Parts: sequence; structure tokens; C-alpha cells
Amino acid sequence: MACQGLQKGETLESLKRESETLKKKLEEERNKLNDVELHQVAEKVEVLSALSIKTRRVLKGHGNKVLCMDWCKDKRRMVSSSQDGKVIVWDAFTLNKEHGVPLPCTWVLACAYAPLSGLDNKCSVIPLSLDKNENLAAKKKSVAMHTNYVSGCSFTNSDMQLLTSSGDGTCALWDVESGQLLQSFHGHTADVLSLDLAPSETGNTFVSGGCDMKANVWDMRSGQNIQSFESHESDINCVKYYPSGDAFASASDDATCRFYDLRADREVAVYQKDSIIFGASTCDFSLSGRLLFAGYNDYTINVWDVLKGTRATILFGHENRVSRVRVSPDGTALGSASWDSTLRVSWSFSTGSNYIFRFIKLLFWVNSRLVLEFTVAF
Amino acid sequence: MTINTLAKGGCHREQMACFRKMEKVIVAMQDPDMGMKMRNQRLLITVIPHAMTGHDIITWLTHKYRISEEEALHLGNMLVKYGYIYPLKEPRCLVLRPDESPYRFQTPYFWTSTRWPASELDYAIYLAKKNIRKQGELMEYEKERYSLLHKRINHTWDFVVMQAREQLRSSKQRRKADRIVLECQEQAYWLINRPPPGVNNVLDTGLERPNNFSCRVTLVSNFIIEACRKALGRNRVKSSICLEGFLKYSEQYLNHDPIMQGCLPSNPWISDDTAHWTMNAEIVPVPTRLRVERWSFSFTELLNDAMGRKEFMTYLEKEFSAENLYFWQACEDIRHGENSKIVEKVEDVYKNFLAPGAARWVNIDSKTMDKTLEGIKRPHRFVMDDAQMHIYFLMKKDSYPRYLKSDLYKNMLAKAIVPQETKKSVFPFMRRQRHSSPSPAQTATQAAEEEGLAKGAGANSAAGSHF
Repeated sequence: MACQGLQKGETLESLKRESETLKKKLEEERNKLNDVELHQVAEKVEVLSALSIKTRRVLKGHGNKVLCMDWCKDKRRMVSSSQDGKVIVWDAFTLNKEHGVPLPCTWVLACAYAPLSGLDNKCSVIPLSLDKNENLAAKKKSVAMHTNYVSGCSFTNSDMQLLTSSGDGTCALWDVESGQLLQSFHGHTADVLSLDLAPSETGNTFVSGGCDMKANVWDMRSGQNIQSFESHESDINCVKYYPSGDAFASASDDATCRFYDLRADREVAVYQKDSIIFGASTCDFSLSGRLLFAGYNDYTINVWDVLKGTRATILFGHENRVSRVRVSPDGTALGSASWDSTLRVSWSFSTGSNYIFRFIKLLFWVNSRLVLEFTVAF
Repeated sequence: MTINTLAKGGCHREQMACFRKMEKVIVAMQDPDMGMKMRNQRLLITVIPHAMTGHDIITWLTHKYRISEEEALHLGNMLVKYGYIYPLKEPRCLVLRPDESPYRFQTPYFWTSTRWPASELDYAIYLAKKNIRKQGELMEYEKERYSLLHKRINHTWDFVVMQAREQLRSSKQRRKADRIVLECQEQAYWLINRPPPGVNNVLDTGLERPNNFSCRVTLVSNFIIEACRKALGRNRVKSSICLEGFLKYSEQYLNHDPIMQGCLPSNPWISDDTAHWTMNAEIVPVPTRLRVERWSFSFTELLNDAMGRKEFMTYLEKEFSAENLYFWQACEDIRHGENSKIVEKVEDVYKNFLAPGAARWVNIDSKTMDKTLEGIKRPHRFVMDDAQMHIYFLMKKDSYPRYLKSDLYKNMLAKAIVPQETKKSVFPFMRRQRHSSPSPAQTATQAAEEEGLAKGAGANSAAGSHF
């Protein structure tokens, strides 16, 4: 798209007025098909039985803020990057540190595990201003080159292509082998802080969020911005797709997380609470998409019921900002990274209660020869 | 490259927004009607008015926001950490204690947001005052900083000392109680803006952003206008339909979500038993039932699972349409593979799947075929997209539903494993295996005993009323 200066007959004022009018029109169009709210539809869904999620594993070893973490496909290993300039690969199950890679730069903002299911696990690390693709067999490669810091990265379906988001306001798709830029994505008007690939059939889109308070959906092939959402009141720190690919969530400095429906093309839920004052820096869905885990700058992790819009529970434990939360690939555990230089693994002990309820149902039936629908709401 | 982690000059947007919100809470706490009840607190021999206890703060927050005490303690702690409330006993320890410890509100003059950022000059004056008052007995780190400052702003040092002396003199003219209060307030302010070594700097906000690259108004407006125009032309789906979709999805996957429903035989993280992972490894002799069920949720689920894909391939071989899946896989390889191999791979695909008389010729409609053959002349990463899409949907609409109804799938489902659940008991010696249809009364007692300890009041009272 050519971003030229003013055309004939345009003034700054007229441009602004035109964009405001169009925005209003768009809101009206979106509202036309808005016949019901998510929490209304969700009234018929069973209330969540009390969630008992506890943090039981603490991974210590970084010397400074942990800025990013990601799970390995084997469901138990994680990679983390820290302000101390190190990237560590952990076996979170045994608490062993398996590899430690020092980098020549601090502020390693993003790291991602390549989706390779082979013996050589490739790990990509993108440090500030110097972008390196790190092969743990000590073969360093410079892949992505932005003109400003790289805030997020993700491999596409193979480890041959890398998608990055940057403080220079753009996203870019790179060929890992040659380091060539395959496609660039322009449309944000400030730093892009996060991106996520769509888990869709066609696997061609991704969403990005940035300091311009906008979340944009892009076509990887053409570089086009296909959808845009602007309802947050501050920087969007993290975006994550709902597992079906029909929606995504965003976490923002305005202390809310929001849920956007891609087919209806609008925001359908806001997850907020009066007592939550500090910005949300990261979010991730549980495997079924029923729960949204969000890490905040007040050191807590709030767990939201995505459908009903209420908060299911809150996790304490970290002693500084939570920089990243990620559910493990098979959904069994939640990993969180924090500026307190630790990583923590939490999981749910909720299942026990289901057995109580089932036995109580059975007891009712046996005693009173009636089938009673017995739901206990905590 | 130097990275500035403290905002310099103007306000840091994110922090200021948080400050404003915290200040709202503080103002509400001091509201004459709905706010907190304050009282006088005795500190050694002086009486300090307008103080409250840690316990009062937590109670107020619990009621105001309808949150648990744990959360109220956490929130209150934030208010203390950011300097809006400071402790009177142990003033260097900025922690909220849920007991009778006295606390006081910080005066707005010393709110971090009021005097942002704290200046070197002010800090120098503060340390100079302290130095004079304590006759050189500063803390180690304060001594170090003092001498550092002395070197750095040596040219204004006379001014610093003069200011310090002046402030000390005017404070001596105040009542003792006021003097103590002012000293506490000032100390609290500096504990936050110049934290001692080893203490977290709450004002650290990480990388400074956004970067001030020029956002030309024309650029912004043009982006918005173009995006809006495109969006107005979009097809949208009614909310009621979309939202039902989410409900259905979450319901369908509920049993597969370990955080919601647990997993069989047990969650490895809880039981330290990796059986769950072993049973669900990429390739296993017999897959679990849940896994095979998942193949029926969507075509993508089937293809994404290596075993599922293998099974589907076997089915297609029987139906003599396996070339479709081979073709699709080859196209995926082109799309996601190395740039340098694209030309060679496209050639292979043409030879094997598209050329007339090819060994694995795929049946594509003529329009798509023509377009693809044209595109092959100048091969690129996405040249096979249309053809691949066509074959994908062919398999999805035709072969996939038939596969789900086939004996092959049904047999797989029938012989799939349903792992026995192992529950980790609270009492280590009571590790027991679950069996089907236990005697209700007996096992209900056992279960209640085990889980009642974990679940507490709710479950216990419900279970207890039937014995």
C-alpha cells in the first residue's frame, strides 16, 4: 500500500474526519449482526466446578528476569530466555537443566521451540537487535533482521520459516535457510509486541497486537491486513488464538483481556475486575479453550472462564511480574515465567471433586430410586 | 547498545495509568463515609494521628472489591510497594502485614506520580540531610551513593548542602509529631524511588516503548481508511451462530482438557508417573480411546495426528484414492520447506501427480489444473495452493466421513485403550486402583475421606449429610 502524503483536495483534517466516519460506520455494521452476547449464550453451560490449580514446581537458575518461555513438543521440556543473556532448556519434569546457551546480548525477548520431532531439537532465539537462529549444535545463524527490537517470533508449520514481530512496527516472514525476507506486514502504527499463528485448516493467517492498541489479522501469503480490532485502551502485550482458530484473546496494559470473534468480526467478551489494576502481559488458553490463563504485572495469574466471562481462580506465587504463561502442548500443565528469575509449573487438582459428585449422584439414586440432577456450585 | 530501563523525561504511559488507578483506590479508602476508620497510633512516646492497622486495610479491601483475604492482602501489598501506604513500625520493610501493625497514607506530595521521575538533585539533598542529622552514620549503600553523587554533581554541591541545611532548620521548627511524620514520608518515598540493593525496583518497566518513530498522521489515517473500507465489505456471521460454535467446541473438547477433567491414567505432573505420556506418544501399538475419538472431531485433527494420518492412508489405499493424501503431503512440503528446494519439489509433484499418465495422478477440475500448470512455469511457494485446497476439501467432504463410518475406524475405536485411573491418595499407604461399580456406601466413605481433605467444607458437608 502506498503511503503517500496528502492527495489533492485533502487536508489533515479531512483525512481524520474520513477515518472517524468510516470507523463509526464499521461499528454500526458490526452491530447489525450482534443479536446476542456471549455470557447470555453461556448461561446454559454448566458452571465450572471449583478449580484447584496449584504451583508445584519452581525452576531456578536464571540470574535475572525471565522474559520468555515456550514448551517443547515432548510436553515436558521448556526453553526460557532471560535478561541475564542466557537461554536454558529445562526438563521441567525432573527440574534438570539440559542446555545453557549464553548470548552476546541481554534482553532476549523471544524464543520458540521448532516443531521438529527429531533428535536435534532446534531452538530459535531472537535477541534484541541481533537476530540469531540458534542451533544447539553450536551453529549460529542470523535470520531475521529488523530495524528495531524483535518482540516475538514463531515458527510456521515447519522449522523452515520464521515469523517475527518487531518494535519497528512491522511483522515479517523469513526463510530460515537463506535468511531471506519472504513477506513483510505493514499496518501497525507503533511497536508490534506479539503475534500468534492461526491453527486453521488452511494455516495461512496470523494475528498481531501492538502499542497502537490494535490487533490485526494478516494473510501470510499476500501480506494483506484482513481484519482489525481496536477496542483496547492501552498497549496489547499478547495475542493468542482460541484452539478452534475462530477467535483470539488479547492481554493488555489496560488491565483487561478481551475475546474477539473472527467470524462475527467483533469483540465478544472483556475479562476484567475492579480489583485488577495492573496490566496483563501474557495469556494462553487451556486445551478446550474453556479457560484463559493471563499473567499480570502485579505478579498474579488470573484464570478466566472464557464463556461466562467470570474469573475462575487466581494464582499467587511469583514475586515479580509474570512475563509469560503457556499451557503445555497436551494441556496437562501451565508454565509461567517471571521477572523474579524463576519459572513455575502449575497444574490442576480439580479432578478429585468429580468423583465426589459422581458418588453422591449414585448414592442419591440408590437411596431414593430417583435420578436427580445434582450440581454443586462452589 | 544501551537500553534505558527507566523512563526518562516525560511520563511512562503504562506506569502512569497504574498509578492513577491505585490513587483512585487510595482516595476511596480515605473517603469520609465509605472509607476506612482511622485512629491514633502510638510510636514510642509520640502519638501519630490518622493511622490504620494492616488488618483494617485488608478488611476494607475484602469488602470493597468482594475478594478473598489472600487477594486483598496481595492488593494491599501492591499499594505499600508503590508507596501509597507506608508502615510506621519497621519503615524500611515495605510489606503489608495482616495484623495490628500501623500504617499511614502517603501524602500526595510524595506520590511517585507527582514527582516523576525522582531527580538526582533531590536525592542528593535528601542524603545530605540524613548525613548531617545522623552525623555521618548512613547505611553502607547510602554512603556509596552519596559519594557517587558527590562526584557526579560536584558543581552544584554547595547548593545541595545549603538546601539540606535550610530544610533541616525549618523542620526543627515543627512539632515533633509532624517532624517524624515528614521524615517517615520522605524516607518511604526514597525507598521506592531509590531502592536499596537486593530489593526489587517496582518502577522498573523493562524495555522502553513505544519507540518514537514518527507516526505521521497521514500514514495512520490512510491505514485506518483502507482497513475500514475493506472491513465494511466483509461477510459477517450472526453472533448467535458464532457463539454457539464456541460452546460446542469447549464442550466437545472438555474430556480432553486435563486441567478441567484430569487425564488417564493420571496427570504425570501430579503422580510422577509418565504412563500418560508413554501411552500417547506419537506412534504407539495401540492408541488410547480419547485419541481415536478425537480423530472424529475434524479432518484437521485426523491429519495432525501421525497415527491418524497413517490409518487414513491405509483406508485410502483400500479405496484406491491414496494419491490424494500423498499429493496433499507433497504440497505441504513445498509450502513449508526450504526456499531453495521449491523448484525441484514442484517438478517432482508435477511428474508424480499432475502430468498426464502420472503414476499417482490426482483428479482436479480443469480450471484449477490449467491455473496450476500455468503457475508451474514460474514455480513459487504457493503455486500448488489451489490444487492442494481442492484435494483437501475433496478428502474432507468425501473420504473422511466414509472413513469414520468404516470398519477400519470402528475397529480402531473398539480396541483402543481406556487406561485405568490411578489416584494419588493423600495417605501414601492407601494407593488404590479404581475398579468399575464399587459398592457405593463403602467407596463413598473412602473417597470422601481422601478428597474431603483436599476439597474442604463444600464436599464434606454434601457427603456427610448422607451417612
